[in-house]
Amino acid sequence: MPRRERRNVTGVEEIGAYTLLRVDRGGLDPGVPGQFFMLEAPGRLLPRALSLCLAPAGELAFLLEAVGPGTEAICALRGGDRIHVFGPLGNGFRLDVERPLLVGGGIGMAPLPYLAESLPGAPAVLGFRSERHAEAAVLLPHAEVVVEPTLVTDCYLHGFDVLACGPEPMLRAVGDLCPGAQLAWEAPMACGYGACYGCAVEIDGELKRLCVEGPVLAAA
Amino acid sequence: MRLLNASGCLDALTAPEVARQLDGFVTKTITPLPREGNAPPRIAETAHGMLNAIGLANPGRARFLADVLPQLRDLGVPIWVSVGGFCAADYAETCAALAGVEAIELNLSCPNVDEAADSAAEIVAACRRDTTLPLYAKLSAAHPDVAEVGRAVAAAGADGLSLINTLRGLALHPRTLRPVLARGQGGLSGPSLKPVALATVHACYAATKLPIVGMGGVTTGQDALEFVACGARDVALGTVLFSDPDAPVRVRGELADLDAAEAFAAAHEMSHVHA
Repeated sequence: MPRRERRNVTGVEEIGAYTLLRVDRGGLDPGVPGQFFMLEAPGRLLPRALSLCLAPAGELAFLLEAVGPGTEAICALRGGDRIHVFGPLGNGFRLDVERPLLVGGGIGMAPLPYLAESLPGAPAVLGFRSERHAEAAVLLPHAEVVVEPTLVTDCYLHGFDVLACGPEPMLRAVGDLCPGAQLAWEAPMACGYGACYGCAVEIDGELKRLCVEGPVLAAA
Repeated sequence: MRLLNASGCLDALTAPEVARQLDGFVTKTITPLPREGNAPPRIAETAHGMLNAIGLANPGRARFLADVLPQLRDLGVPIWVSVGGFCAADYAETCAALAGVEAIELNLSCPNVDEAADSAAEIVAACRRDTTLPLYAKLSAAHPDVAEVGRAVAAAGADGLSLINTLRGLALHPRTLRPVLARGQGGLSGPSLKPVALATVHACYAATKLPIVGMGGVTTGQDALEFVACGARDVALGTVLFSDPDAPVRVRGELADLDAAEAFAAAHEMSHVHA
């Protein structure tokens, strides 16, 4: 069940172009891989939606990229700071797959380390825009890593049950190549629990709320 | 004082545990026909506020009455139905079909759709003919003389006012300098709206003495108390619900800590003094 608690930041470390934020877990359930949490962004009106990256004992860890004032405020947190954390929210990945392949693009690799714990031995492909961004692959040590201009869709994806997260063009391309792939999407969200109707995406020809219908959706 | 949600800021069926914290649940605006709403992106954070251009996404009157309203009634929370439309008959037909709800809020002020051609008073008068349920008119503070609109809807039969709706605003992407929202403009909500909302509540209370549901940037118990001080009888939470689903319980606790009984007496006295 999702809960909202004020948690202590236990660590903040830079990993290449990204930041890994750890908070103590308290009474929060880490949830299913692919689910997300709303994290308070100090000084901002709205929290930010982040999928869980790792669930070390007693902690929750989130990988994020500072791309605007909210994510910048979260990346600027330091150990001992306290923020509200609300989750887990949404629908995560289905884990009943026969030949899993994890595919991540850029900051979209965030949910894959936690997912990999539930699918031990599953191969993984990660794509990044630069070598500096690719340093985050350390969080998924067995992954095959490609850097632009090579794309994850240049890798062999056929015959696998693909579980993917990444930028929209990547997800659309993966979905086209791999019908039935599980794709974790992203959309601007104010609330994360179905209240604001802000995260509408087109699903099967209808606009639906990604926070309650997703963020993981099956490719048509 | 009853604590409600602002229309469009909560889905009671998705988050019943939040709705049950309230003294009444106000639905998202219902229009005669289903609406998908506007294309994404639909929301943008601003300094001390946010813009939305959802565009009255709703299942339409028939499905609301057949599927949604019965489920809402099962929550055990008094239901306020927000009614919208594009002409007076749209509103009146929905009002005529409603029964067994606490009140009807007429959304006369959504900034994200084209406005109805009929005036607020004409719409209220048409609805008044078709329902005996309490009718609250939700007005926009963007009108140059909202107190005059308040007087007009009171004369047309409104039982109360809901003040205020969002105000039209625009947010640009910092690098592209293009609108963040697909629709371009959207409705501004959140703390940046509070001073405008307080002034509007105060002006309309002075002009009409109607019961008012005050809203616009209410985040704390102190905010709620200030709305009461300006003449609101009830208070609604909007944007704060997005960042804090436990806000109703928290705001109520903060009000209790403010020794509200004494403060409310002072507040009402003040609203009369300045009326």
